[in-house]
Amino acid sequence: MAAYSLTVNGNSVSLDVDDPNTPLLYLLQDNLQLNGPKFGCGLGQCGCCTVLLDGQPIRSCITAISDSAGHAVTTIEGLGTTDNPHPIQQSFINQQAMHCGYCLSGPMLYGKAFIDQNPGATRDQILAVLGQTQLLCRCHSHSRMLQALVNYAQGTI
Amino acid sequence: MKLRDAAKPIEPRSMTPDAYAALKKAGSSRRDFLRGAGVMIIGFSMTGKATKLAAQSPINPTGLVDATLVDSWVAIGADESITAYSGKCEFGQGFQTVQYQLIAEELSVSMSNVKLIFCDTGFTPDQGVTSGSQSHLAEFGPGGLRQALDTARDALMQLASQQLDAPVGQLVVQNGVVSLQSDPTQSVTYGQLVQGARFNLTLNSNTVPKDPSQYTILGTSVPRVDIPAKATGQFQYVQNVRVRGMLHGKVVRSPIWGAHVVSVDQSSVAGMPGNPQVVVNKDFVGVVADTEWHALMAAAALNVTWSNADPLPSFTGLYDYIQQQPSSDSYTVNSGDTAQTLQQAVQVVSAQYLHPYQMHGAIASSCAVADVQGGTGANATAKIWSATQGVYPQRDSVAVVLGIPNSNVRVTFVEGSGCYGCNGNDNVSFDAALLSQAVGKPVRVQYSRKDENTAGENYGPAHVNKLMAGVDKNGQVIAWTSEAWTLSKGGRPSATAPGNIITGALVGFPAPVPTPSAATPPKTFANNSNTACNYVTGVVGTNPPAGTGTIASQQVLVHSIPSPYFTGPLRSPERLQNTFANESFMDEVAAAAKADPVQFRLKHLKDQRLIAVLNAAATAANWDTRPSPKPGNARTGVVTGRGVSCVLYEGNNGYCALIAQVSVDQDAGMITVTNLTASQDSGPPSNPDGLRNQMEGGALQGMSRALFEEVKWNDQAGIITSTDWTSYPVFEWGMPIPQIKTVLLGPLNAPKLGAGECTITLVGSAIANAVFDATGVRMRRIPFTPSNFLAAKGS
Repeated sequence: MAAYSLTVNGNSVSLDVDDPNTPLLYLLQDNLQLNGPKFGCGLGQCGCCTVLLDGQPIRSCITAISDSAGHAVTTIEGLGTTDNPHPIQQSFINQQAMHCGYCLSGPMLYGKAFIDQNPGATRDQILAVLGQTQLLCRCHSHSRMLQALVNYAQGTI
Repeated sequence: MKLRDAAKPIEPRSMTPDAYAALKKAGSSRRDFLRGAGVMIIGFSMTGKATKLAAQSPINPTGLVDATLVDSWVAIGADESITAYSGKCEFGQGFQTVQYQLIAEELSVSMSNVKLIFCDTGFTPDQGVTSGSQSHLAEFGPGGLRQALDTARDALMQLASQQLDAPVGQLVVQNGVVSLQSDPTQSVTYGQLVQGARFNLTLNSNTVPKDPSQYTILGTSVPRVDIPAKATGQFQYVQNVRVRGMLHGKVVRSPIWGAHVVSVDQSSVAGMPGNPQVVVNKDFVGVVADTEWHALMAAAALNVTWSNADPLPSFTGLYDYIQQQPSSDSYTVNSGDTAQTLQQAVQVVSAQYLHPYQMHGAIASSCAVADVQGGTGANATAKIWSATQGVYPQRDSVAVVLGIPNSNVRVTFVEGSGCYGCNGNDNVSFDAALLSQAVGKPVRVQYSRKDENTAGENYGPAHVNKLMAGVDKNGQVIAWTSEAWTLSKGGRPSATAPGNIITGALVGFPAPVPTPSAATPPKTFANNSNTACNYVTGVVGTNPPAGTGTIASQQVLVHSIPSPYFTGPLRSPERLQNTFANESFMDEVAAAAKADPVQFRLKHLKDQRLIAVLNAAATAANWDTRPSPKPGNARTGVVTGRGVSCVLYEGNNGYCALIAQVSVDQDAGMITVTNLTASQDSGPPSNPDGLRNQMEGGALQGMSRALFEEVKWNDQAGIITSTDWTSYPVFEWGMPIPQIKTVLLGPLNAPKLGAGECTITLVGSAIANAVFDATGVRMRRIPFTPSNFLAAKGS
């Protein structure tokens, strides 16, 4: 059993884990009881488990706790709350940009990481970035999600 | 933000925190639950119908929720709170919000005063399954939520009339306050009127719903109530249900489809971390451990010896195989004269369409939590948190599987990801229940993607449709014949058929398949699977014509054969497969007659609402009126075209039309959909933006199914090879997203019709017709991959 220290949504946490290969997702979901990152495929093929690791989007289902230790993890819960949503979350709300919402961490966090580095990014640029990695939405809410990201990028939420 | 206390179990999501607190305080009988919610049980105008009392079971007994009683649907607290109960759930389609709108509208209260509890056996009315574009029909129709609300409203107004000493006609109601029209200071609230009592009324079938012209909430684009929590990661899906003392389970399925357990070497996981326990029940194998990762490791390590299995049909020869099997046959319609009529035709067109097995492929691998205590028998109990579309059918079927009376089983719906039909949600609930029963502790099961894809869900079946039509010298279709083959095994689980899904069959319940039988003459025109096209009259026997078209000489024959894989409803089940064939073929006939595809359809339609949606889509898409293929397009390089499709969904449940515009790289075989214009008349939209969202999702999901999706297997090895998102390709982020335009029709006073499955039904045919327009190549086989396009081009 080893203790791994990391920062999750601004809080310092220490997790006792016997297997260093344990995926970060299970620890966020089960040990820390977070609901934002979700299990979709366990293969890094869909993006439901996306979190930011030091600001960069990663797949928590295929990222070992041993590789996460010492880093800062942000889930979509760490962005804002229902009472005080982050602008990117407000943009999704305004566009009603989801059906089931299960996949949301993927497009929201990949979009946020890119747009925050590239303010004013265009629709085509955002779509191209989301296409650089395998990301899925099976309810097929792509049109509205993309519009929500474009509005966030252009400051027109 | 504050992290949650890891020791604190989280309540089931389908209940509001207040409702759940009340439930916990009161124990679990619904009668006490209502008392806990501030609703006392005292006399109200008794109808003479005795209220059933809660038995002293820890789980509510069958029949406690009598759907003929108003109190089963709505309770009004002394604190003015409105609590409603329904049997129709939310899985991203937005119907939760529509129900809030309906409750607020019919009772003239604010949505914020309403709490809706849905799909929890013993607490909510049994409304079967939330599926099949039936929710609006159920809740706005006889015996549904609206009738219960209106009966309650009538009673409230009668009470107010007595209280305020004025006729009902002189009262106005706003936000739960009834007042005299002439003197608003004379008023009384719902809470004061009811004083915490039950209604003790049966639903009044003669009650009059609010006039839609008076609507202020229904018919408006109220934002969905679930979205803020989902957008901020606060929402608790079934994957996030955490029960105190919960263990984690994994199923171990045979790699070879249909193999049986020979032996299980329990020593192969001995000493592994997490104290794994092995569970074997006939062909069902699973492991349970303390954490999900430990369970996953143990499942991977468990050494199971499997038998050989019956051979699978050839993957490449499937469509021939289907047509060679003994089948259960039925006619949708048979005028008996098609052979003679076809002889009078100046032109006879025929074609065959092929549709593969497809999977629901829900983004979330299915998950459920079960807590089975006491083993089996009369004293055992089971509690299941499930994203099932039907809590009561699951309760009744899992009770049989567990050997526990259904009165001792409680199934609580907790939303999962979009499921699109009979995906793995029921099956994983069976798995969790069996594992929990074996270990005596609550168990959560989260499928792997491979579990989900290859041994968790019921696929949408493959199809072969052969069509023939005769055209006379005036370009009028005078005869239409269709012969379709489909496959079936199982379906949704029920008390009489727990083997309808995989796990039920693994523990020994038979999986029903069609029994060969000859077709008999149909008695009525039942077109709920859209086996018959839009253009036939639908005359059966001496019944009046029930179809939407003008073609009188008609024959539609369906063959159903046993499927090697489990099958079940997948969004627009078989309506999509049949409509792909019918609407592609109508386009082929139009092209043979050198007619414009829209005009040719209009020429053979008599239903005014179907005509209206077709015209609306054509107008919105600036339809270019001319025959297909498009003149002047080169036969190499990139070309563009447009195609149309329309249908009356299920023959009576939603009018829709779709126009697709495509760009085709004819050398690479790459089809890109650039525009989708959808029109729909499902009656007056309850939530226009919600309906548009459904149409947009249906349009893109239909595009994914048309362009990419096909379940594959290796018949030599006996394994299903579509195990993940690489081997089951779908539409992905980064691919071009077509411009989607939606047009809503729907007369204000028309009855509600189905909404969620209309658009998706049309996409394959609209794209195929657009590809033909652009290239002259007819796509008769889904998916429209580059290799299938190049094969069609070459043939």
